[in-house]
Amino acid sequence: MTAAATPASPLSAKPAGSHLRFYALWLLGIAVLIILPLLFSSGGSLTSFSLIGIAIVFALSYNILLGQTGLLSFGHAVHYGLGGFAASHMMNAVVAHGWPLPLPFIPLFGGLGGLAFAILLGWVMTKRAGTVFAMISLGIGELVASSSLILRSVFGGEAGITTDRTTLPRMFGWTFGPQLQVYYLIAFWLVLSAIAMYALTRTPLGRISNAVRDNPERVQFIGYDPHVVRYLAYCFAGFFAGVAGGLAAISFEIANSAYLGAIQSGLVLFSTFIGGTAYFFGPILGAILVTYLQLGLTSLTSVWQLYFGIIFIGIVMFSPGGIAGLLMMHRPLILAGTFGMMIPSYLLAIVPTAALACGVILTIETVARYSGGDAINLFGVAFNPQSPVTWAVAAVLVVGGFFIARSTWQRIAEAWDRAATVARDRGYLA
Amino acid sequence: MTAAIEVRAVEKRFGNVSVIRDLNLSVAKGERHAIIGPNGAGKSTTFNLISGHIRPSSGEVRLNGAVISGLRPFEINRRGLSRSFQVTNVFSRMTVWENVRCAVLWATGHRYAFWKNVDSLPEVRERTAEILDDIHLTHRRDVPAGLLTYAEQRELEIGVTIASGATVVMLDEPTAGMSNAETERAVALIRRLTEGRTLVIVEHDMSVVFGLADRISVLVYGHIIASGTPEEIRRDPKVREAYLGEEAH
Ligand SMILES: Nc1ncnc2c1ncn2[C@@H]1O[C@H](COP(=O)(O)OP(=O)(O)OP(=O)(O)O)[C@@H](O)[C@H]1O
Ligand SMILES: [Mg+2]
Repeated sequence: MTAAATPASPLSAKPAGSHLRFYALWLLGIAVLIILPLLFSSGGSLTSFSLIGIAIVFALSYNILLGQTGLLSFGHAVHYGLGGFAASHMMNAVVAHGWPLPLPFIPLFGGLGGLAFAILLGWVMTKRAGTVFAMISLGIGELVASSSLILRSVFGGEAGITTDRTTLPRMFGWTFGPQLQVYYLIAFWLVLSAIAMYALTRTPLGRISNAVRDNPERVQFIGYDPHVVRYLAYCFAGFFAGVAGGLAAISFEIANSAYLGAIQSGLVLFSTFIGGTAYFFGPILGAILVTYLQLGLTSLTSVWQLYFGIIFIGIVMFSPGGIAGLLMMHRPLILAGTFGMMIPSYLLAIVPTAALACGVILTIETVARYSGGDAINLFGVAFNPQSPVTWAVAAVLVVGGFFIARSTWQRIAEAWDRAATVARDRGYLA
Repeated sequence: MTAAIEVRAVEKRFGNVSVIRDLNLSVAKGERHAIIGPNGAGKSTTFNLISGHIRPSSGEVRLNGAVISGLRPFEINRRGLSRSFQVTNVFSRMTVWENVRCAVLWATGHRYAFWKNVDSLPEVRERTAEILDDIHLTHRRDVPAGLLTYAEQRELEIGVTIASGATVVMLDEPTAGMSNAETERAVALIRRLTEGRTLVIVEHDMSVVFGLADRISVLVYGHIIASGTPEEIRRDPKVREAYLGEEAH
């Protein structure tokens, strides 16, 4: 072994396997993106995957603000929407002027659209963090969304700006007419954006953003202006949100005021938070879950937003770290080899918790459908919302399910204490 | 030679309460200067005024001859003044390593760079490792700062303060709440780390003060009543009356 191969300090070197595992994880993700359409090739699933890909880019961009810099924005869709409009105008301009710019480059212009707005307004917006920033972002969001209906020449009014992606110059002979080609275009930009946004977290700016999130006051005493840090983070978030908007404009071949509005802004906040803001992959999980639920639930129930609300409240109350936080909590246990102690208590909790969930669903659907009288189909079992039998079943499931489930949750807590104590003894938990 | 820190006729009012009154203080380059005084005398407020945390109502502060009062904390920090806080004030969700590294980044010239990988900056890594070694926290490098013991957090606070390599270091009660053994270790650490720099320290432990300081200023009710060598301070009748009085009996 040569001297150069010996690290200066044994502690500054990570275990040899961790680098490999890191790259393997990214390669695995890319492989999944490539293979997915071969396994599920129906038009419906390709559209779903495309939407999920866009939602992931959007949620990751949001987490630059929320998770990495501690900025809670209620108006992030402004950048998404403006990115969508910028991309649409660019597409139409390319066609009108016959520029030799193929479709795969268009999302870049979406990003520039989102970035331009961030550069212009971000400096004023990021002067303060916390509630002030949240309120300004809400105001700007409403302002832009409402002016999008007034400034017809730019935003196309109610109808929006329509495009035809197949009329752009071709690349590799692809027309981007078929959804499969659009999917691969989105997957390509997803990989590119995710790598770029991950890399950003590993830069001096990314680290200082974390410091600003934790303690903006102290940052000033190590030489940094937190305002500049927030502004730069805001610009990056705006750019990648614009890329997502550009991808959406390509996928739907339209950009309209709905892209910019409070609902989009709420949805991205929701996805990011549910997924978990403390880990880079959190928003990815959140975007997958929320898009999937959104697509699935809307066809099953008219009150799907109510379920979103319940999930959101549940996560905020019981797992503020989101899904990623919940998963990563188990990491030290797995490393310490004590995760096995948790399994019996988890298995025990499944049935009563599922019963409780069914009871809640049945109750909500009964209330929602009582006056209409349409039947409820709960996992293949039909219920009549006007029948007392249904009410009784719902009541039994909710009340009985709750009391039994609660005792199984207590067992989980006890098992957790035991597993964590052992893990602590073995040095895997602080 | 110009003084490292020169405070001239500084006044600070909160509403109509005068917390600092006609404060004059001069700290020479390379000097270890202790500020002592009873609780609520205005020692931390003095630190806040010098480091730019708050602005003086009137008067001026100079760092190496240049006026710094009115500048913002990061501007003052970039001119080579770094301070710690009486109540630990670090980045609680980040690890010990990350805390110190963040404090190294500006001084090593990486600033707001978003095109460099922070893990592959050799001088940053070496300096961070060196400081962790100095503050005896190398074995805790991957622990989030919020989970450290109290004494460890105080040591990290010192580490974050000195990491930038500032020429003027101000420490606000660095040993408060430490056991005797911990205090001894912290004082040895401070002595070593501030070698060749200017140090201003607020400290209640008189044995630490008289052992460490080249000069001492006594602050009472927002006014410095005496400034001098430990010997002069020990003999000063005003000090004995106002502050050391009880110990002298
Ligand atoms: N922001 C503020 N607003 C109003 N009063 C303040 C403010 N900051 C400090 N004070 C007052 O100024 C006085 C001096 O406070 P300071 O914290 O500087 O004292 P200190 O000498 O550091 O005391 P200690 O030894 O307890 O740390 C106190 O009476 C305090 O209540
Ligand atoms: Mg104080």
